[in-house]
Amino acid sequence: MSDLETFRAETASWLEANCPPEMREPMTSEDDAVWGGRNATFKPGQKEWLDIMAAKGWTVPDWPKEYGGGGLSRAEAKVLGQEMARLRCRSPLSSFGIWMLGPALLHFGTEAQKKHFLPQIARGEIRWCQGYSEPGSGSDLASLQTSAIDQGDHYLVNGQKIWTSYADQADWIFCLTRTDKNEKHKGITFLLFDMASEGVSTKPIKLISGNSPFCETFFDDVKVPKTYGEDVSAIVYEENKGWDVAKYLLGHERSMISGQGGSAGSSLGEKFADKIGRDEMGRLDDPILRAKLADLDMELLAFRAMAERFGDTFKAGLCHPAQPNMMKYVGTELNKSRYELIMAAGGSAVLEWESDASNGGLTARDWLRTKANSIEGGTSEVMLNVISKQILRLPGA
Amino acid sequence: MPLYLNDDQKMLHDSAVEFMKGEAPVSHMREFRDKQCKDGFSHALWKQFAEMGFTGILIGEDEGGLGLGHVEAGVVLEEIGRNLTPSPFLTTAVAGVEALNAGGKALRDKYFPGILSGDTVLALAIDEGAKHRPDQISMAATREGNGFKLDGKKQFVVQGGSADMVLVAARTSGKAGDEKGLTLFAVDTSAKGLARDNARLVDSAMAAHMQFDGVLVDADAVVGEVDDGDAVLRRLLNAGRSGAAAETLGVGSGAMDITVDYIKGRSQFGSLIGSFQALQHRISHLYSEIEVARATVLKAQQLLDEGSASADMMVSVAKAKAGKATALSVKEGVQMHGGVGMTDEYDIGLYMKRDRALQEFMGDVNYHTNLVAEMHGY
Repeated sequence: MSDLETFRAETASWLEANCPPEMREPMTSEDDAVWGGRNATFKPGQKEWLDIMAAKGWTVPDWPKEYGGGGLSRAEAKVLGQEMARLRCRSPLSSFGIWMLGPALLHFGTEAQKKHFLPQIARGEIRWCQGYSEPGSGSDLASLQTSAIDQGDHYLVNGQKIWTSYADQADWIFCLTRTDKNEKHKGITFLLFDMASEGVSTKPIKLISGNSPFCETFFDDVKVPKTYGEDVSAIVYEENKGWDVAKYLLGHERSMISGQGGSAGSSLGEKFADKIGRDEMGRLDDPILRAKLADLDMELLAFRAMAERFGDTFKAGLCHPAQPNMMKYVGTELNKSRYELIMAAGGSAVLEWESDASNGGLTARDWLRTKANSIEGGTSEVMLNVISKQILRLPGA
Repeated sequence: MPLYLNDDQKMLHDSAVEFMKGEAPVSHMREFRDKQCKDGFSHALWKQFAEMGFTGILIGEDEGGLGLGHVEAGVVLEEIGRNLTPSPFLTTAVAGVEALNAGGKALRDKYFPGILSGDTVLALAIDEGAKHRPDQISMAATREGNGFKLDGKKQFVVQGGSADMVLVAARTSGKAGDEKGLTLFAVDTSAKGLARDNARLVDSAMAAHMQFDGVLVDADAVVGEVDDGDAVLRRLLNAGRSGAAAETLGVGSGAMDITVDYIKGRSQFGSLIGSFQALQHRISHLYSEIEVARATVLKAQQLLDEGSASADMMVSVAKAKAGKATALSVKEGVQMHGGVGMTDEYDIGLYMKRDRALQEFMGDVNYHTNLVAEMHGY
């Protein structure tokens, strides 16, 4: 047996022995995800699963061990993911710290920043949010206005962010601020600070789904110290070089959002055929709907292969640096198509908004939620612009 | 196994790129079209394929081949597609060899040397109607003496006119639609009672209508098991379909590349038309579709090489997705070329014609999308 196959066997038996049974049940709603943080609440099994995985470094399996990671190779991390999927183990921790800030710190952070922030993220102790978009800066993110004025030992931050995911529940924020009004891209600084600081307030935004995953976030004379403790800088990378970090992170965000198209487990047609009805040949009895479901099932499998290829080439440094934009575009558009068909196949049953049978209108709310997929983190139109310019090298884009 | 080419495959890719671009670019295809070549391809080029080792990719090393897999066959096929190279590679060295690999040693000994030397050409006689319906095969093979007697019709037998041997799927028992009762035969095209009517296709390739009137074959012409040809036929079809998907991908990818080049050079209203967002968004969407198709093709080939049970599903996904993406590529290609896209002088129209023929080869997008639904049980 190869080393990797030995690792697979050991991993499988460890997961079987240590994953609490509740954590092997399918997730049924958004609050089945564990986000950690100072004010975390847990359902049965969640805390145990988080702690035992964090102790092994497997909340962030491919981060270095000294920062709370598992120190696994790319191939081993992939095997762990495959075994967790096969055994239906839930992810122990959902976290913008893991998906976004962590990769930025690993790439741009100082040793002191890595030692201070990364283990807290890995253990789920601090929940982070991302302060990027502003009311006047959506697709044109680099026009952002939130100011950070140098006051010697600290910055004075004033302004407003919008679409800040879960800002009302977050402990800390990584935030793009303007430190030079005379420059656009070269006047932005990437700041880290505590959401409990005086002058920070948040206001949830009610969406068409009825849920409020996003907030408006206000900064009113917030004092952000330049360093925490002796030598942990509040700035990632350098002053006025925050756009480099932001661009790097957008790549991660785009590849993360793109994963949604591929997250579909089983076939849609298989799921709906019995509910809708079958003809004497056993086929779903609405031939036009069946054809659309078949096309979508084909596209979902195709995208799953694409996601695997993207992951493999991304990690090996073989994919085009702008490829996450393509993934984001395809994945989000596919997820929207998928939910349109889920609604069409579900019929009147999935129109229910407030009933026990519909789990509080879960399907309808999820359907509406997907409409944001191709807006947040860069619209589909912006993604196509980036592909045109950076990959196809078309003129004057 | 990561979903990208390993170093050895990358080397093969580089040599296939260089070979096809140097020896058989689109101008080569035009030359053979314009001289009304009766075989539709160059036998000298087929010899060169053999010298490069391409014809032995799927033949075991102990039998003189390279002992490689479907991923490697696909690497060559993608370049064939990109250059519209006419060749019997897909029918002979991929689908044909794959079927013979499932057959007995006597058949391999009979045909592999000629394939390895670039002398032998194989064709596949599967379809009996205008659409690919292998589960509806009704051509009869009845026992006669020590062998079988074949009666019936086949069509869309690509390279059928120039082939030395044709693999024929026929019914030794049961009726159309039954899973059991099929048998695959290796029939020499010199056999008495076999009439071939060659037709030039829209892409200038040659395909034959075949009429079998009491064609007698020995028992040792059976590839695989009598009445149980479904297993070997499935291998042949998986190899042919994934190979056709790879070739299709090359067509779509090549059409996209020449279109990108065209819109970077053509000016209207005082601007390069490639600077217009109306075109940029469409071609960037096309780029995305081609990338997804590329992932499905490689995944299907890797699964075939691993002998995975999920290979059937992924082969259909690959044939469907590559077909969808490439149909879009050639349509957008002609439209973005504008008027010159309608001329014979520009290559983009040739890509459109090649795509149309490949769409029908071993099942189109609709056929394979339906198979995805059937394999999912609905």
